[in-house]
Amino acid sequence: MSIKGLRQSDHHSLIELKGVTKVYGTGQASMHALRGIDLRIDEGEFVAVMGPSGSGKSTFLNILACLDTPSGGVYKFKGIETGKLNRNQRTRLRRFYFGFVFQGYNLLNRTSALENVELPLIYRRIGASERHRRALRALEMVGLKGWESHTPGELSGGQQQRVAIARAIVTEPAVLFADEPTGNLDTARSREIMDLLSVLNQNHGITIVMVTHEPEMAVYAKRTVHFLDGLVVSDEENGRAK
Amino acid sequence: MLWNTILLAFREIKRNVMRSVLTILGIVIGVGAVITMVTIGGGATAQVKEQIASMGSNLLMVTPGKRLGPGQSSSAPLFKMSDGEAIAREVSSIAAVAPVSSQSIKAIFGNQNWSTQVTGSDNQYFKVTNRSLRTGRPFSESELRSGVAVCIIGETVRKKLFGGQEALGANIRLEKLSCQVIGILEAKGQSTMGMDQDDLVVIPLRTYQRRISGNQDVAMLQVSVQQGASTDKAQRDIRLLMRERRHLSPSDDDNFNVMDMKEIAKMLTGTTQLLTALLSAVAAVSLLVGGIGIMNIMLVSVTERTREIGIRLAIGAFEGEVLMQFLVEAVVLSSFGGLIGIVLALGGSIWLASVLRVPFVFNIGIVIVAFLFSAAVGVIFGYFPALKAARLDPIEALRYE
Repeated sequence: MSIKGLRQSDHHSLIELKGVTKVYGTGQASMHALRGIDLRIDEGEFVAVMGPSGSGKSTFLNILACLDTPSGGVYKFKGIETGKLNRNQRTRLRRFYFGFVFQGYNLLNRTSALENVELPLIYRRIGASERHRRALRALEMVGLKGWESHTPGELSGGQQQRVAIARAIVTEPAVLFADEPTGNLDTARSREIMDLLSVLNQNHGITIVMVTHEPEMAVYAKRTVHFLDGLVVSDEENGRAK
Repeated sequence: MLWNTILLAFREIKRNVMRSVLTILGIVIGVGAVITMVTIGGGATAQVKEQIASMGSNLLMVTPGKRLGPGQSSSAPLFKMSDGEAIAREVSSIAAVAPVSSQSIKAIFGNQNWSTQVTGSDNQYFKVTNRSLRTGRPFSESELRSGVAVCIIGETVRKKLFGGQEALGANIRLEKLSCQVIGILEAKGQSTMGMDQDDLVVIPLRTYQRRISGNQDVAMLQVSVQQGASTDKAQRDIRLLMRERRHLSPSDDDNFNVMDMKEIAKMLTGTTQLLTALLSAVAAVSLLVGGIGIMNIMLVSVTERTREIGIRLAIGAFEGEVLMQFLVEAVVLSSFGGLIGIVLALGGSIWLASVLRVPFVFNIGIVIVAFLFSAAVGVIFGYFPALKAARLDPIEALRYE
């Protein structure tokens, strides 16, 4: 799939960050969330991002998903410098390449689970019947068969979390960004979700970047990146130092 | 893309029934009130104009005394029949002059009686007041000259005294005078002031003077000016003629008054127009309040909607798509409210018009103005907060509290 207006160059990592910083506020009140991140993520990877609260994990993820813009440094996606893209071009990246699971679900209120999951497909101009079919399948994959017509208000936190995951994977994105996807689930459910993510990663070739603070969930990933005070302090693959 | 957007907008409206209804309500009431008030006011004005036109706008009334009204001086001498004849003879561009005297008298036929206005005049009276006979004949020259006891009656008098019986040729009693009905006037309905114009009996002036008032006086002269001629000039000429006939020296004030119906018409339509303006102002306030209602609901929901915009942007909606959705939503809601308001207003005005007995005058201008105003309020307050939100980074919109 090519993006209108974007020229892709080959032989690049899928995601490439050089000296990425993020500063909130100005002057004395400014807060450095990211202090210079250098990182590469290749296609097909499953990366867990760990670190204490306030270490910049979520900010990092938001910048990767083009929901937020870095204050400094370079972020290249498929070799394209995202800092040089305009708003609509960045929206195209989100629409066609990214899936995002928010920490606070961010579902539309008073809207059925099915309609929530269909939403990204509407923006991809997918026809009604195809949209319906794919949304139902995505809900089934997250174990919500039979809950399609329920609105977020009628679902438990865990169920809402799974609707959010279904919404993120329904488009079969190139990269799935997940901010604490198991944060509101019990252990059994968390395992199911992590198994699902593993399947998506291995069988569907979806690259996954997941923020988590639970080590037992990070185990599912092939690679773990530790953040501390806005810097990467360790980067390990399958438990071995890289 | 547009179809997609409209679909999204309709889904959103359906999803928030309460918010949609509250938004619409303000527009419905505002638009409805303004259109109803202006329509009714317009109808009242039209009615006044119509009635004055039917009276003849080229009518002049010459009355003794300085001013028409309760302060009328009794010392001023009344007119004589010769005054009317002099006006008809000497003032050019006069179509007709009718000398008029009248008083309220109880008319009796059989065991029926009815208190009515008895007017002494001649055939010119019908010409001046723009009336015609439905049946019967006008007064003959000899009847007028010798004061024969004959009368021409209005529809109300006929109905009250005769009911279903034949009135023509019958004799009615006006105090001691017994007179024969020779004609019935075409019905004219209520006047602007709510007076029944068909409640009258006309008899020859001479008969009136001899048998009822007992003197040679004429209370008022009604003059109609020829079509197309200047009433101002006729008014001036009559004034000069009357001053001369009444032997007034240049230093004396007029002891009579020549009134132009146009002045009366202007005064009357002015009153209804002022009333319409007042009612419309009140209605405009309700439109404004409706607008503020819309604004409040739109602004209150902005937090929730900002988050919604954040979600849509994060999922891959273009800024333009989100804005278009909000615009379509606002336009659909406002126009829907506006249309309901218009329908209610039309229904309400037709009903009110029939209750108040004013004609229903459809005013397309105010319908358009009221509709555009409500639509503008809806669009401005529905669209601009969305515009602000859609320009944020998705993450900022999601964090908005």
